Amino acid sequence: MNRNIVISFGFHILIVIITAMSLPFLAKEPIDLPPIISVELIQITDKTNIPFAPKARKIIEEVKEKEKKLVSEQAPPKKVKKEKPDAVPLPDEKIDKVQEIKDEKQNPEKIDTEVKQVSEFEKKELFDPNSIAALIDKSKVESAVTNKKLDKITQDQDQNIDLSGLTLSEEDALKAQIFGCWSIPLGLPYNENLLVRIKLQLKPDGSIIKSEILDHARMNKPGQGFYKVLAESALRAVKLCQPLRVPSTGYERWKELQLNFDAREMLEG
Amino acid sequence: MLLRYLFILFIIFPIKTYALIEVDITRGNLNPLPVAVSPLSIDKDSKEKFKKLLKKKDLGSEISVIVENNLRQSGLFNPLNKDAFLQKPDIANLKPRFEDWNLIKAQALITGKVTSVDEKLRVEFRLWDVLAGKEMMALAFTTVPTNWRRVGHIITDKVYERLTGEKGYFDTRIIYVSEEGPKTKRIKKLAIMDQDGANNKFLTLGNELVLTPRFSPTNQMVTYLSYFKNLPRVYLLDIETGMQEVVGDFPGMTFAPRFSPDGKKIIMSFAKDGNSDIYTMDLESRIVERITNHPSIDTSPSFSPDGKYIAFNSDRSKYQQIYVMDKNGKNIKRISFGKGLYGTPVWSPRGDLIAFTKLHKGKFYIGVMRTDGSGERLLTENYYQEAPSWSPNGRVLIFYRETKTDSKGEGFSAKLWSIDLTGYNERMVETETDASDPSWSSLLSN
Repeated sequence: MNRNIVISFGFHILIVIITAMSLPFLAKEPIDLPPIISVELIQITDKTNIPFAPKARKIIEEVKEKEKKLVSEQAPPKKVKKEKPDAVPLPDEKIDKVQEIKDEKQNPEKIDTEVKQVSEFEKKELFDPNSIAALIDKSKVESAVTNKKLDKITQDQDQNIDLSGLTLSEEDALKAQIFGCWSIPLGLPYNENLLVRIKLQLKPDGSIIKSEILDHARMNKPGQGFYKVLAESALRAVKLCQPLRVPSTGYERWKELQLNFDAREMLEG
Repeated sequence: MLLRYLFILFIIFPIKTYALIEVDITRGNLNPLPVAVSPLSIDKDSKEKFKKLLKKKDLGSEISVIVENNLRQSGLFNPLNKDAFLQKPDIANLKPRFEDWNLIKAQALITGKVTSVDEKLRVEFRLWDVLAGKEMMALAFTTVPTNWRRVGHIITDKVYERLTGEKGYFDTRIIYVSEEGPKTKRIKKLAIMDQDGANNKFLTLGNELVLTPRFSPTNQMVTYLSYFKNLPRVYLLDIETGMQEVVGDFPGMTFAPRFSPDGKKIIMSFAKDGNSDIYTMDLESRIVERITNHPSIDTSPSFSPDGKYIAFNSDRSKYQQIYVMDKNGKNIKRISFGKGLYGTPVWSPRGDLIAFTKLHKGKFYIGVMRTDGSGERLLTENYYQEAPSWSPNGRVLIFYRETKTDSKGEGFSAKLWSIDLTGYNERMVETETDASDPSWSSLLSN
């Protein structure tokens, strides 16, 4: 009886030892899993009206100013010539002067080092996941701050954003829809000014309450047959297309819409 | 006082305004426009009368079929299937139910009515804008009953002009050379037909070889070349009266007489003193004037519609190319610079393009280029095709195409084809016999 217990105990210990020896997680160090990077998917339509435009403008202006400065620094080769017009130096001296001027103006070595610095910096950024994570965290904080700032925007500023019209993707969607509905009268001359402007009053679902040709008087003038044909085709297109693909929000913004029909590009081929 | 109140109100309650959003539409589709051509309604008495007279069961339907075919052939319209029509022709002509026509996706609707008035045919038609729900056009024609096909063509011209902005080309005729027999023994006759192939008539018996018939751009006169006792003669034929006269005998090789835009002159090329040059002949005074004087071969002259310039082909730069010069032969400029040989230039009635035949690497092309030679576009390619001729509105070209003969010398055929400026709408024009050298007339109803 005791013997059996000892044998059983011995076997169990053996199995535990084998198991402990063979399991890899016990033998190796724990794997350093990279932190999960969360990426927020956003609607492009929300961002095409770039509310950060003033910031971007500032940056662009700063860059432009810098460029201007650079240009002005590079500009005066004439001055050098004017400074010493009468001096007729020996050929060796001439070469030295030219070299000197080059150094002053363009300074190519400096630019090279700058470029190198930038590229190394970028490399570091790319290959350091921790820094990416840090940047993302930072951007989250920044976006939160900007969101707060946006919330605080006064009514006047808010109005400015509304006045900027449809976003690019909203405009593209509307254009694509009307492109499909507009059968262009192919006999029209491509070298005449035949721009038809139609003002629409829309319902929130995009259906048309009222459509009005802005140069209506031109339609019935003698010699304006081509304009009439184009205007009618444009009206047909608008009616065929309704309800128009309008944004789901901001009805006040687009309840009145002007469509400018111009077939020249298509007719010219 | 009132102004002050208004000013205060304006300050207290500022009106929130939005800038009007503008969207530029610069593209559209080039798909054929869906059109419903309702059969023209006809009362019982008129139906019986025309049935006896013209042997047509339902003249209203027959006319609407002509309109429908014309519109379809143009490539710009898509006539809808009549089976889908919900409204009866007589009611549709009075007051169309636009919802019904909208349902079958029609954007335009053609309705009409045929009646017999004093042994004459009276046809009225209306063109409706289905989407706008309004009448666009209403016209009535009265003519002799035998003219019923022309009425169909005139209706198409009016509809085409109203919807596309340019004049139509349906009430026109085509003159061509009818060919019969084996290739080595072809019998060639002068023939004329409506642009849709109907009403074909032979104008000559086929005893003499006829070549290059050309319509006058102003009236129904035709000039053509015929060999009489092996001598080329230029003839003038009045289609309306059937009167024919010889303009002159020209020694040596004579090519392609063509009218000036005012129809008062003929321009052609012929060999004189062993040299082919371009000449004009005044049809009243019969005075011949030499335009080019160059040792090279200058042929195929064609006036611009304003009569100021002449396009022609010449091998003066070693290979055959297209040139443009003033009407007096000065300021000669080469305009074709592509690879291959260029020939048979024909100035568009619109004045903006020149059609041509091009031979490159053993293949023939029909193409168009601007009058300065830019914007060359090849519309169609084949084994052998040439002689393009413009429709009066400058949108369609008609030409002829020959097929290869097999090893036994059989299988040869020559047919007329048409193609529009897009290059997509290419169609064979049905003729009773083989056909070549087509020329398109101006609008008959002008």
